[in-house]
Amino acid sequence: MAIYSTNEFKGGLKIMLDNDPCSIIENEFVKPGKGQAFNRVRIRNLKTGRVIERTFKSGDTVEGADVVDRDMQYLYNDGEFWHFMVPDTFEQYQADKNAVGDTIKWLKEQDMCILTLWNDSPLSVTPPNFVELAITETDPGLKGDTSGGGGKPATLESGAVVRVPLFVQIGEVIKVDTRTGEYVSRVKE
Amino acid sequence: MSGWQPSCPLEHLRLRAQMLAAIRRFFDERGLLEVETPLLCRATGTDPQLDFFSSQFNLPPHQHNLFLQTSPEFAMKRLLAAGSGSIYQICKAFRNGEAGRFHNPEFTMLEWYRLGYDLPQLMAEVADLLQHLLLPLQPSLMLTQISYQQLFQDSTGLEPFSFDVDSYQAYAVANGFTEAINLCGDDHAVWLDFIFSHCVQPNMANHTIYLVHGYPAIQSSLARLALDDPRISERFEVFVNGVELGNGYFELSDPLEQSARFDREIAYRASQGLPAVCKDELLLDALQSGLPDCSGVAIGLDRLLMIATDSKSIDRVLAFSIKNA
Repeated sequence: MAIYSTNEFKGGLKIMLDNDPCSIIENEFVKPGKGQAFNRVRIRNLKTGRVIERTFKSGDTVEGADVVDRDMQYLYNDGEFWHFMVPDTFEQYQADKNAVGDTIKWLKEQDMCILTLWNDSPLSVTPPNFVELAITETDPGLKGDTSGGGGKPATLESGAVVRVPLFVQIGEVIKVDTRTGEYVSRVKE
Repeated sequence: MSGWQPSCPLEHLRLRAQMLAAIRRFFDERGLLEVETPLLCRATGTDPQLDFFSSQFNLPPHQHNLFLQTSPEFAMKRLLAAGSGSIYQICKAFRNGEAGRFHNPEFTMLEWYRLGYDLPQLMAEVADLLQHLLLPLQPSLMLTQISYQQLFQDSTGLEPFSFDVDSYQAYAVANGFTEAINLCGDDHAVWLDFIFSHCVQPNMANHTIYLVHGYPAIQSSLARLALDDPRISERFEVFVNGVELGNGYFELSDPLEQSARFDREIAYRASQGLPAVCKDELLLDALQSGLPDCSGVAIGLDRLLMIATDSKSIDRVLAFSIKNA
């Protein structure tokens, strides 16, 4: 695996730290005019999601982490694992509950996701920025109310609960931004 | 933002121009001579912590290695030795390998030397200048003078001059800096740099100019040592909002001592595999002929502009930072 020096540190670089794969968020160069230079680095542990700060001596090196993002199609859940496939090659990967994490509530079969692989096994699953999901449960809204003010909770086919305008009904398909968890629009069938 | 455009708002260019004009007025009124010295020189500082740029000068049949200066200090001292009187300079300085929120490898430096001034006098002048430049923008700006030892003890409870590695380690662990134990090892100077930059500077009060004096001798290559305590050098630093702005010395004028310090640093560079440099014989000759007693200080003007404009990054006060230079 590649070795990186602190002067190659930048946001997004994947390195190994305390035996865990990590992603650099921010790298601050700290140097007294007369004295030792340091790099104060904010790092996300990709296994735990925790963000920590760590100081390196400038010029020190660390091992890179074999972490790659790949676009995959979500296939199905077998009760224990969630199965994904690379469309071009038909390679399949299975992600455990830990790797799927909160993304579970957005997963719909056949949707494309990003799988982050560490040493070729799934570390995390990122849903598409926008998903289109059918509403399975919500209070009946008032007919003719198109103002969208206020809103009400709605449960989606994947299990997520989002706030929707009053006029949206059970069975309708809506577009949701998975980054904010917010309703975007209705989708015409 | 497209790549060709300035990295700072145009308003900051105007503020820079105003600041440069105000600095020149300040020193002209006080009778200092503005000078220019070469940025490309045959020698440069030996400080192992400073990495330099070098370049080839082709003048057939000769070829010289020339260095872009990390500061105009040596050339200005040669002027002082030649009888220039008190002088100031606003110039670019170059430091390789330095880029970040507070660093650009090419930056603007204000450096001045005062004949016959001791450090307290020069610190007072630094305070005058900073107040003159910053008070109109930040009327609530305060001024604090404190010794390095006092500041260090107040912020950390540790004693900076006697190296007690156990208490330094315990402090680092208690404050979430466990990695310091490996980074700093048994190197007193690195421990001081680590704790000062990670724990002391961030705790400095905002809206306050700090003049910190009496630095440990182990951290100064060009300052005199205090007569009454050889652990302390005649050096001060100035900080505003926890940002290091400048460094001043009561200048070392003994050519033998200077030459010995160069030799030590050159040997250290060699032992660490750092790029080799020769000592500046022209500076040593000038010291030999006699450098009058003087104090000098260098201030980073880009950082001063960052403070004046409340900018979070040096890019925001440069027309073009290294990212699109």
